[in-house]
Amino acid sequence: MKLHDGAPLSDADIDIGRRSALKLSGLTIAFLWAGAPGTVSAAINARRQAGDAAAAAADGNPPFAPNAFIRIDANGSVRLVMPNVEMGQGIYTGACMMLAEELGVGMDQIRVEHAPPNEELYSMPLLGGQITGGSTSTRGHWEVLREAGAVARTMLVTAAADRWHVDPSTCAVSRGVVTHQSSKRSLGYGALAKSAGALPIPAKVALKDPKDFTLIGKPLRRVDSADKVKGATQFGIDVRVPGMKIATVKACPTFGGRLVGINDKRTRAVPGVIAVLQLDGAVAVVGEHFWAAKQGLDALDIEWDLGDNATLSTAKLREALADKSIGGTPIVAREVGKKPADGKLVEAVYQLPMLAHATMEPLNTTVWVTAERCEIWVGTQVPTRCVAAAAKITGLPEEKIVLHNQYLGGGFGRRLESDSVEQAIHLAKQVSYPIKVIWTREEDIRHDIVRPMYHDRISALLDSHGRPVWYGDRVTGGTVLGRWAPTAMGKNGLDDDTVECVAEVPYDIPNLKVEWVRHDMPEGLIVGWWRGVGPTHNLFVVESFMDELAHTAGRDPLEYRRALLQKNPRSLALLNLAAEKIGWTSKALPARVGRGIALGEPFGSRVCLIVEAEVTPQGEVLLRRAVVALDCGVAINTSSVEAQIQGGLLFGLSAALYSGITIKHGAIEQSNFHDYRSLRINETPLVELHRIESHEPPGGLGEVGTAIAAPALANAIFAATGVRLRSLPVDRAALVQNADALKKVIADSLGGGELDRRA
Amino acid sequence: MYVLNVNGERRSVDVPADMPLLWVLRDIVGLTGTKFGCGIAQCGACTVHLDGQAVRSCVLPMSAIGDKPVITIEAVGKTPSGQKVQQAWLDIDVVQCGYCQSGQIMSAAALLARTSNPSDADIDAAMSGNICRCGTYVRIRAAIKQAASGKTEVLQTIAPTGSAGDS
Repeated sequence: MKLHDGAPLSDADIDIGRRSALKLSGLTIAFLWAGAPGTVSAAINARRQAGDAAAAAADGNPPFAPNAFIRIDANGSVRLVMPNVEMGQGIYTGACMMLAEELGVGMDQIRVEHAPPNEELYSMPLLGGQITGGSTSTRGHWEVLREAGAVARTMLVTAAADRWHVDPSTCAVSRGVVTHQSSKRSLGYGALAKSAGALPIPAKVALKDPKDFTLIGKPLRRVDSADKVKGATQFGIDVRVPGMKIATVKACPTFGGRLVGINDKRTRAVPGVIAVLQLDGAVAVVGEHFWAAKQGLDALDIEWDLGDNATLSTAKLREALADKSIGGTPIVAREVGKKPADGKLVEAVYQLPMLAHATMEPLNTTVWVTAERCEIWVGTQVPTRCVAAAAKITGLPEEKIVLHNQYLGGGFGRRLESDSVEQAIHLAKQVSYPIKVIWTREEDIRHDIVRPMYHDRISALLDSHGRPVWYGDRVTGGTVLGRWAPTAMGKNGLDDDTVECVAEVPYDIPNLKVEWVRHDMPEGLIVGWWRGVGPTHNLFVVESFMDELAHTAGRDPLEYRRALLQKNPRSLALLNLAAEKIGWTSKALPARVGRGIALGEPFGSRVCLIVEAEVTPQGEVLLRRAVVALDCGVAINTSSVEAQIQGGLLFGLSAALYSGITIKHGAIEQSNFHDYRSLRINETPLVELHRIESHEPPGGLGEVGTAIAAPALANAIFAATGVRLRSLPVDRAALVQNADALKKVIADSLGGGELDRRA
Repeated sequence: MYVLNVNGERRSVDVPADMPLLWVLRDIVGLTGTKFGCGIAQCGACTVHLDGQAVRSCVLPMSAIGDKPVITIEAVGKTPSGQKVQQAWLDIDVVQCGYCQSGQIMSAAALLARTSNPSDADIDAAMSGNICRCGTYVRIRAAIKQAASGKTEVLQTIAPTGSAGDS
């Protein structure tokens, strides 16, 4: 399926139905829309592009570089250049498998390289830029990377056949060697590299029949594991440049506040402190090492102008959001049919909190600015955006900006922003040496670009059998897209991300109306992408509400969904599989233990999750089991699929159980892992993945587990306690069984009340 | 001036007494495998072995170390338990972003060195100080059990691969 062949699509080209057919999703569709009329969006290509010669020259000028992804040196070494960035999702391994499958090399014979910033060569076709996000990498590269491998293999075989004067079809490849079977002659790719490099690029190549795959579909070890278990992988924070100093920063705690002045007398007295640097809204201390910088910053007397948001609180934001939900002007995202006059109306309000990303690697950037150039070392999801920002800040042309991308210690959407990179460049401009700017964890959380808060009013009309004949949802919240890619907003002002997975649901419901009310946060409170984006938000609402409807109708949540999925066999199969694997209809569960279902079709995949949870009499939630049924189309690396579902799910459960960013006096209240909790191993349930084999094109995976997590948990809690949670994170106070239970809190927390979760 | 016994080598370091070992390792000695995650002993990314015990180096001042030997992720593979843990991590392919994994492996190796056949409760107790935002906990548990027992746990990956390069 060729999704995008260069010419940008206009929004008129893609209606909701077509979007569904293309299996796209919010971030993706946004970028298809983003191409301004008349511009040609670059997109990666399996064949050599105009910019390839320069890129290959900069990469050691290998004798064979048939495209932007494959370099074969005379000694036979095979280097694969990764169009996406690796932040844990396993895309380096998946991309290598797609390339190596067709190239005819083993995964033990390759080396991987980070791509340089280069829109022409590495632009993600689904995003219209060199961007890693939106669970698009495999979807967008599934065809082109295999074709790139096939182009290279075809040329290498042709070179060998020419040398032997035989028909190329009588040659075979295996592990980097071309063999002429009947004469038993063989040549390695290194020996063929030069002559293959001189051949014309074939216009057409044959891709393998999937039944002949030797790599794709297998559980293969990640290409980055060997270094990561030895601590040898270089993340951005590990970069060491000769002459480099280390800085740490503190920005004004309030949103949009300004620096008034400093007294650095005590800071200057800290051994190892080199400089104190000021920006409009932040201050940094540079030291010989991080500790000196940190001690120096802690010793600094800083006067802030707290600005217009100095009295801002979560309660005020919530109130304004709720008011806007009623008084604001909605944009209709999708309307089908009409609301029937009769039926039982069910209504609910759901609220979602702001969220921080808390990547394990705190934000950091190393920069060296001179009069002639600006060199940047950073792990980023948006390398070319960083280059553009650096050019703007330094006044240098883009070709004088050199960016070395690094392994990312987690992204989750935080590294789709360039704010910390821009700040580091502003600081580096003030000094003559390279500086590595490291944010403390406190800075990382207090100055996150948070997931927006939402206030959603959802309703449905049930017929006499309890079946929904209409649903309506009014989402109210800020827009990420409106800031991050304003040209991607719909003509009617719609941010498509805000309604993803509610504008379309897997169920057969004949009439619906889904709207969005835009409510911008106060100036300075910037909202951003967070793993799972629109689906993480809307699946919580939709799938919790489905359970409410089932309950209202007096039906089992499994049966209720089944009845609505009769026209959707792929998703129905997942629902049935998950129910079977967890034993939905089997023996009764202990008291205060419940199971909750959630089903969704996010990111071009389909998923059903059933969570089994226990709620203690004191309201503590213990996760017992999570069973996932998945249909992600073709699986590239089945081990990575499992890992992404396990990890994404735990990321989502962690947020649902513990995470919410709150604001007091205009500043984020949370600061570190003690007050912005993260799931730990002792709180982790068994996670089982059951995947349905499919020959459909690959779906996204990195955000699927996260997006489906919260509603299954909330539904399990309802099943265990009868308490419906319509906001996140989980409110334990609402789950306390009775007043006596709290009196037993200490005794029970030490043992008795906890069931054996791994029995 | 302190003499730090790290990974079997003695290194003279001219640092303040209150400087945490983490930053001495990373910024002075140049061993960057030990990671900064929180600075307040909440996440475990900075875990190293001090005299065989897993400790959080981000809150361990130089003045508290004396001549006790420090082992970091770069050398833990030379210890029997570290070698077993790293191999199990590869066989089960635990890592995702990998940033927390130095600390996870150090905590797991210390656990196995003192408890050769840990129960789930032992694993919970030893590993709950190490946060993984990617959520690799299911595989971490399996890998610790595999490292301890030598018996195959869960999905095993195949086809060892070459090292990943840095550009």
